[in-house]
Amino acid sequence: MIEIFEYGFMQRALLAALLVGTLCSTISFFVVLKRLSFLGAGISHTALGGIALGLITGVDPIFSGSVFAVGTAMSTGYISRIGKISEDTIIGIYYASGMALGIALISSFKGYYPELFALLFGNILSVTVHDLIFMALAMVIITVFVIIFFKELLMICFDEEMAEAGGLPVVVIYMGLLAAMGLTVMVSIQLVGVVLVAALVVIPGAIAYRLSKNFRGMLFLSIVFGLAGSFGGLLISYYYPVPPGAAIVLVLAVIFALAMVARPLIDKYQAKQTGVNNR
Amino acid sequence: MKETIKVDQVQVVLGGKAVLEDITFSVSSGELTGIIGPNGAGKTTLLRTMLGLVPIRKGQLEVFGVPVSRLKLVRPRIGYMPQRKSFERRFPLSASDVVAGGLLTPETLLRPVSAKNEKIKKALQFVAMERYHNQPFQDLSGGEQQRILLARSLVRQPELLLLDEPNAGLDFPAQQSFTELIQSLKRERNLTVLLVSHDLMSIASAADKLVCINRTMHIHGHPADVLQSPSLDEAYRCQFDLISTFDKGGSRS
Repeated sequence: MIEIFEYGFMQRALLAALLVGTLCSTISFFVVLKRLSFLGAGISHTALGGIALGLITGVDPIFSGSVFAVGTAMSTGYISRIGKISEDTIIGIYYASGMALGIALISSFKGYYPELFALLFGNILSVTVHDLIFMALAMVIITVFVIIFFKELLMICFDEEMAEAGGLPVVVIYMGLLAAMGLTVMVSIQLVGVVLVAALVVIPGAIAYRLSKNFRGMLFLSIVFGLAGSFGGLLISYYYPVPPGAAIVLVLAVIFALAMVARPLIDKYQAKQTGVNNR
Repeated sequence: MKETIKVDQVQVVLGGKAVLEDITFSVSSGELTGIIGPNGAGKTTLLRTMLGLVPIRKGQLEVFGVPVSRLKLVRPRIGYMPQRKSFERRFPLSASDVVAGGLLTPETLLRPVSAKNEKIKKALQFVAMERYHNQPFQDLSGGEQQRILLARSLVRQPELLLLDEPNAGLDFPAQQSFTELIQSLKRERNLTVLLVSHDLMSIASAADKLVCINRTMHIHGHPADVLQSPSLDEAYRCQFDLISTFDKGGSRS
């Protein structure tokens, strides 16, 4: 077990799993509460267009992908508010258009771009120091935003109408959340790739939502399960011939299935305890 | 009596369509006024207009003597309870957490809320729900959830309370108990209450005044006068025979 820490690429991979696992599960908390799950898939597929554009033009694909990801997230929120078009319709359009742009640009490539395949399917084992710096920077920015506006974000997720009536700058804070989500998706593409990234910003929060009835517990459990999925998947891919991205998502999916089974059992146990205490 | 709300020939246009036209009425301090009208009459839009959430195209709307465009000056004096459909019922919050949401204002951005626990405790006492403060909101019954949401709208101790369909989705005993609670809060705290409801009889028996709208103003006055008026039939596009029921004490028809 200890030998996996001896390799430089594994040390970087573990650090990436720690950063991305924490970041995704924090954002996942809001994604589940605000019902933004489909947006995660939309952002990642649009980011593919940005990544491909970066590769063709010589711009850093992480930068161009981030611009597309954040732009998609924020414009989805903006258009749905001013245009009275539902968010899922806009996401559906972005999802297909971004993917189409990516495919069109990729098919025009001449030569071999190994980084493109890493971004499509994820390759945590090829994470560089430059990638880690980008992840750490994103984590600092998003963590500071969430800490500063946590109570307002929670209120907007619970009852946006009431938050607006109270005079809170709902649009600005919500746009900030969407931008944070876009950045998180882009950071996580390094880990599991465009195709699977939506799972990382949905499943940890969904597990925690199933298991906890208070937001503090939900946030804590979301982070715990996000990290468990990231490290668990990484370990599985080290010992078995399974790509890390797929292993991480499968571990999270298994935990979710267990949570689905566990909830009724927990309810039954709590009801029994309450009955005993009331006697 | 002082006028808390003054609505004068207000027109609201949404998506190029006039959803409210020529609405005129006033609400005096300490009054419980019911806004009635059929589905799609613009009752909720009217309430949202008073909160500055929907812009006015024409006319004037003043709350505490301040034009609605400068509402932030008087916002702390207004409590609001939106319709229940506006939130996710399984949201992982305790009753206290829900009430704490009512304390968030532009002034509490980037800083903690002062004396939060005392304010929450007091608001829960107003609605006789203090023993539920730690209970998950999702575990409470519909009637209990409504009381918690009412506590949230009372937590800043407002003088004016705007309630949007507070009885919707509740069974009859819960509706009655909630209406009695509103009436007692109004008496004890001298609150001015504006209550939107589609349940004509329950609101008629509780309110001091009724305002009947259906996109445009139909009638405003004492419940007995409103219920007898042909304008009510016009607004609902059907014939009512409610006044005899109302005279018997306002029980449900």
